[in-house]
Amino acid sequence: MALNLDFSFLTADVVKSNLLPGLYYSLQLTLVTMVCGVILGTLVALMRLSSKPWLQRCAAVYVDTLRSIPLLMVILWFYLLIPSGFYSFIAGSYGLAHRPEFSAVITFTIFEAAYYSEIMRAGIQSVSRGQVYAGYAVGMTYSQCMRLVVLPQAFRNMLPVLLTQTIVLFQDTSLVYAIGAYDFLKGFLTAGQVYNRPDEVLLPAAACYFVISFSLSMLVRRLQAKIQIIR
Amino acid sequence: MIDIKNISKWYGSFQVLTDCTTTISKGDVVVVCGPSGSGKSTLIKTVNALEPIQKGDIVVDGTSISDPKTNLPKLRSRVGMVFQHFELFPHLSITDNLTLAQIKVLGRSKDDAIKRGMKMLDRVGLSAQKDKFPGQLSGGQQQRVAIARALSMDPIVMLFDEPTSALDPEMVGEVLDVMVGLAQEGMTMMCVTHEMGFAKRVSNKVIFMDAGKIVEDCSSADFFGKPEERSPRAKDFLSKILQH
Repeated sequence: MALNLDFSFLTADVVKSNLLPGLYYSLQLTLVTMVCGVILGTLVALMRLSSKPWLQRCAAVYVDTLRSIPLLMVILWFYLLIPSGFYSFIAGSYGLAHRPEFSAVITFTIFEAAYYSEIMRAGIQSVSRGQVYAGYAVGMTYSQCMRLVVLPQAFRNMLPVLLTQTIVLFQDTSLVYAIGAYDFLKGFLTAGQVYNRPDEVLLPAAACYFVISFSLSMLVRRLQAKIQIIR
Repeated sequence: MIDIKNISKWYGSFQVLTDCTTTISKGDVVVVCGPSGSGKSTLIKTVNALEPIQKGDIVVDGTSISDPKTNLPKLRSRVGMVFQHFELFPHLSITDNLTLAQIKVLGRSKDDAIKRGMKMLDRVGLSAQKDKFPGQLSGGQQQRVAIARALSMDPIVMLFDEPTSALDPEMVGEVLDVMVGLAQEGMTMMCVTHEMGFAKRVSNKVIFMDAGKIVEDCSSADFFGKPEERSPRAKDFLSKILQH
């Protein structure tokens, strides 16, 4: 069978009307998930490191459960289980019309928070006990000590890992395919369908994901050298 | 000023402090010494409640640390502490290290905090380093900044937990000089240290610990001047550290 590839359908028009809106949503989903996921993950990490056993246990159950279930199933569950009333409640008719897109944001935030929390936990533990003592010794409360002394150092120590996880997240967002959200991949697939080129379209799609993820990895590497705390 | 009353502390089933009692008055310079593992560092960390105690009580300037109603952060903000490993905040510049707690804990304005911080930095002779980061300074310089950081909070007492043990020998002097200056100005100080020269010259009271107990609690003149009156354990310790 001879390969008979034809990419001529990928015109500027297709890029503009199919691909860019998809890319825009994928990036949005990645960024919102990263910000909300890191915040939620940090809280979970603090719970896990707290001195209260019941807080530790809640956090452990949260993290262990989500890390033991395939992401695709979590995406489907949340999509099917959250009633449509919830979406109209948070974003009115716009929310109802974009149910898959909203559902994906919530799912990814909750799912990725489990992974971010493990990264933040390692980050917090990388800050020595002496630093915590020093914070307390100058009269800081627990929350001041965390906010001003421990977390800034934990973030800095863990930033490369947090960003690498975010790049993985960017690739994983393509799984929203399963619930029909209009992301970057869906943009390609839609164009492929419209122009009857469903197979060829996967090649440029893969190339685009590769270029974006690879260049972000390079950026992380350069950033890493820049932000290291002088010791 | 500091009343340590019959305190005991356990790590699990291991008892680190047994029934320790002593008093530190205003203006005292107290040196706590003893073999390693004797509980000196633990004892000094109980004074500002960094290490909780299970029995007994400590009263600092009229405030009990084991009273659940005590605002511990507030109490600690009045007690300066210097650590063996300096513990400057490595992500902040020297200026920010000096002003952070003044602003966030004492509520001082940024200008006041900088003014006070710079005065203390000048006092330890490091004004030129104000824009550097801790990692760019030598160990001795970092420890002097740490002393300045504690002093900028206007503490009523200073606690030193082996302040020179992590330093290269030639940097010990610069840190001890600052401490001697402080003592001469009448600062109340409690120092865990092996620097017996400093103890002899500056302190007016020596506490000798062994196996979690306070074995000797006497004036430093007696401790160094009348070795025949000391307990066998203290004699042994003294003979080992003073013979070189």
